[in-house]
Amino acid sequence: MDAFLVLTVAAIALGGLGVVVFFWTLKSGQYEDMDGAAERILIDDEEDARR
Amino acid sequence: MTAVTFTQALDIDPTPFVRRDGTGAARLELAVKGVRCAGCIAKIEGGLKSVPGVEDARVNLSTAKLSVRWREEFASAQSIVRRVTELGFQAFPYDPDALIKHEDEEGRFLLRCLAVAGFAASNVMFLSISIWAGLDGEMGEGTRTMLHWISGLIAVPAALYAGRPFFRSAFASLARRQANMDVPISLAIFLALGLSISETLLGGHYAYFDAAVSLPFLLLIGRYLDHLLRRKARETARDLVVMQTATATRIASDGRTEAVAPRDIAPGERLLIAAGERAPVDGVIEDGVSEADLSLVTGESAAVAVKAGDTLRAGSLILGRAVTVRATARAQDSLVAEIARLLEAGQQSRNRYVRLADRAARLYVPLVHGAAATVFVGGVFLGLDARTALTNAIALLIITCPCALGLAVPAVQIVATSRLFRRGLLVKSGDALERLAEADTAVFDKTGTLTVGAPTLTNAASVAAPMLEHAARLARASKHPLARALAASAGAGGVAADVSETAGEGLEGTIGTRRARLGRASWVGAADAPAPSSSSHIWYREGDDRCVRFDFDDELRSDAKQTVTGLRDRGLNVQMLSGDRDLPASQVAVQCEIEEWQAAADPKAKVRHLEALRDGGRRTLMIGDGFNDAAALAVAHVSISPASAADASQAAADMVLTADTLAPIVEAIDVARAARRRVLENFAFAALYNALAVPLAAFGQVTPLIAAVAMSASSLIVMLNALRISGKA
Repeated sequence: MDAFLVLTVAAIALGGLGVVVFFWTLKSGQYEDMDGAAERILIDDEEDARR
Repeated sequence: MTAVTFTQALDIDPTPFVRRDGTGAARLELAVKGVRCAGCIAKIEGGLKSVPGVEDARVNLSTAKLSVRWREEFASAQSIVRRVTELGFQAFPYDPDALIKHEDEEGRFLLRCLAVAGFAASNVMFLSISIWAGLDGEMGEGTRTMLHWISGLIAVPAALYAGRPFFRSAFASLARRQANMDVPISLAIFLALGLSISETLLGGHYAYFDAAVSLPFLLLIGRYLDHLLRRKARETARDLVVMQTATATRIASDGRTEAVAPRDIAPGERLLIAAGERAPVDGVIEDGVSEADLSLVTGESAAVAVKAGDTLRAGSLILGRAVTVRATARAQDSLVAEIARLLEAGQQSRNRYVRLADRAARLYVPLVHGAAATVFVGGVFLGLDARTALTNAIALLIITCPCALGLAVPAVQIVATSRLFRRGLLVKSGDALERLAEADTAVFDKTGTLTVGAPTLTNAASVAAPMLEHAARLARASKHPLARALAASAGAGGVAADVSETAGEGLEGTIGTRRARLGRASWVGAADAPAPSSSSHIWYREGDDRCVRFDFDDELRSDAKQTVTGLRDRGLNVQMLSGDRDLPASQVAVQCEIEEWQAAADPKAKVRHLEALRDGGRRTLMIGDGFNDAAALAVAHVSISPASAADASQAAADMVLTADTLAPIVEAIDVARAARRRVLENFAFAALYNALAVPLAAFGQVTPLIAAVAMSASSLIVMLNALRISGKA
C-alpha cells in the first residue's frame, strides 16, 4: 500500500511538473512564432550565434 | 482601387510610426510581404544588422512581422524601410498600439485551461480504469474510496480551473435570460463533481470525476481551434488594411511639410496631396486645380475636375496637379456621417440572425433538462430511493452533455474556413458561412468589383510596338495612374534620359536624339479627339511626328463573367448595382450577361435596393469595394469585399477576398452549403445518440465507463464528419 501511495503521488507530481513547465514556456513566448521556430534551425549563422 | 504596388510601398514615410523608449533607442514595427522561409529570415535580419545603428531585428514568420530596434542618430526610419525594400521585400509600417493584445491573452487563457484539463483527464482516467477493473469485487471498498478521493483531489480543482471559459459564458448568457450551449455544459460539470463527491463520501461504486474533467478537455480542444482561426482571420484582415496605410503630408504653420499618420490629422490643418495620392480625411480644397478619381467614394469611373472651394471626400485619388486641402474632419469621422449611420443600422439588423448552434441549444436545453427532471420524479414515484433516482437523473445530464453538439458547429466551420482561406477567401465570422449558404440573390458592385478598378490600356494592339515602348520609357518615371497603366502594359524596360514631369500636363524626355512628350492633348500639341468608348486617354508625340493616342478603360476582371455564370448555375439571381453612369454600367452588364442592373445608385439607393430585396423575402449576397458600398455591405444578409476595398468596406463585409480574383466566391457558396449539410448531419447524429443514451440513463444503466466511452466516441465521429469538407489541399 505504501508503494502504491508513493508511486501515485510521484506520478501525479511528475505530471504536474509537466503542466508547470508548459505554463512557463507559454509565458516566455515560445509559441509566438511556430513557423519561424521550425525554419530558424536551418539558418547557418556564424556572425550571429546568439540565436 | 488599385492594390498597393511596389512603388507605393516605397513612398510611405514611416517616421510617424516610430516608437521611442527611454534609453534613446527607436523601435519600428513593419508588416513584411514575401517572407516565406529561413533564407528570407536570415536575409532580412542579417541585412538589417549590417546597417550602422541597428541593435536588433527580429522577424516573426507566422505573422510576417518585423520588429527593428536602432539608434536614430545613425540611421533614419526611411533608411531602414529602404534597406528592407532593397533586400527584395515590401515593408509596410504599422502602429503596434492598434494590435489587439487582449485577443492573444484569450488564446493563452484557453491554452492554460486546456493543459490543466488534459493533465487532469489523463491522470484521473488512469485511476478510474483501475477502479472499473476492480468493480467485480476484487477491489475492497476502502481501496476504491481512497482512489475516489485521489481522483477528486485532482479533478475538483482542475475542473473548476479549466471550466472557467464555459462558466463565464454560461453566466453571461443567463444574465441575458437566455441559455446557450455553455449552460448545460457548466451544469453537467458541476453536477458530475457534486454527485462524485457525495458518492465518495457515502462509499458508493460510481464516481464521475473522469467525466468532470474529460468534458471540458474535449470541448476546450474545439474552442481553442475556433479561437486560433478567428485570430488568424482578424490578423489577416488587419494586415490587409495595414498594406494600404499611407502617410499624409501636413503643411506646418511655418510652411514646412512633414509626414503624419492619417489618425494624427486634426480638423483645420492644411495638407498637401500630390498626384497619385489619396485624400486621408474629408477636406476642402484651398488651392490648386486638378482632376480626381472618386471611384472609391461614388463608384464613378471617369475622372472629375476639382478646384479651390470644392469638397474632397476621404479616399479621393488626385490625378493631376497637387492640391492644398484644409481638413474638415478627423480620419475616423471622415466617412460621410450618413454612411456611418447606415452602417450601424445594418449591423444591428444582422445581429438578429440566430446561429444554428443557438437554435439547437434552444431546443436542446429544455428537452434534456425536462427529461432529467422526469427521470428523477418518475424514479421516486416508481419506488426507487431518492439517491438512486438522483444518480440516474444526473447520469443522464452527464451523458447527454452536448460534447458532440458543442463540437458539431465549430469543427465544421474550422475545416470549411481554412479550406476557403487556402483558396483566397478570408471568412471573418463563423455564422457568415451559415448565412452564405442561405443566399439566393447576388448583388455586385461594378467599379473595383466586377472590374479591375484601375485604368488599363485598351488600344495596345492598334499602336505600333516600338511607339508603345518609347512612350513607356517616359511613363515609367511617373506615378500618375495612366502613366503606370501604360508602363504596366509595356512591361519591364528602361527609362528615358532626363525625364521631367509637369504636374497636370505631362512628361517630357529624350528618346534617341529627339525630344518626346506624353500627356494631355495641349501638352503634345494634338487636336483632342477622344475615343467614344474609353473613359480616359493620353497623347504621345516624338519630335514633330504624328500624335499617338493611348486609350484607357476600367477593364472587366478576367474571371468576372465566369463568376457570374457560376453563381447563376448554383441557383442565385445575379444583379448589378453601380454608382457609375449608365453607359459604362450597361457595357459591363452586357459583358457579364447580367440582366437586372441599376446605374447611378448612391449609397442610400443601394441600401434601399437591398432592403427592398430583404423585405421581398430574398437573402442577399452583396459584393462591393467602395466607401459607397460599405452601408450596403452591412445591410445585406451576407457580404464579401475584395482585398483592394476601402477599409470601411472590409470592416463591414463578412468575408474578404485575399487574392486578386473573384473565383473563390463560387467555391465559397459550395463550401458553405456543404458545411451546412455537415452541421445538420452532426445535429442528426447528436439527436440519435441522445435518443439512445436517455433511456439507458433513465433505467440506471449508465456507468462512468459507458459515459466515458460514449462521450469520446461521439466527439470523434462528429470531428471525422467535419473533416469530410476539407477537400484536396
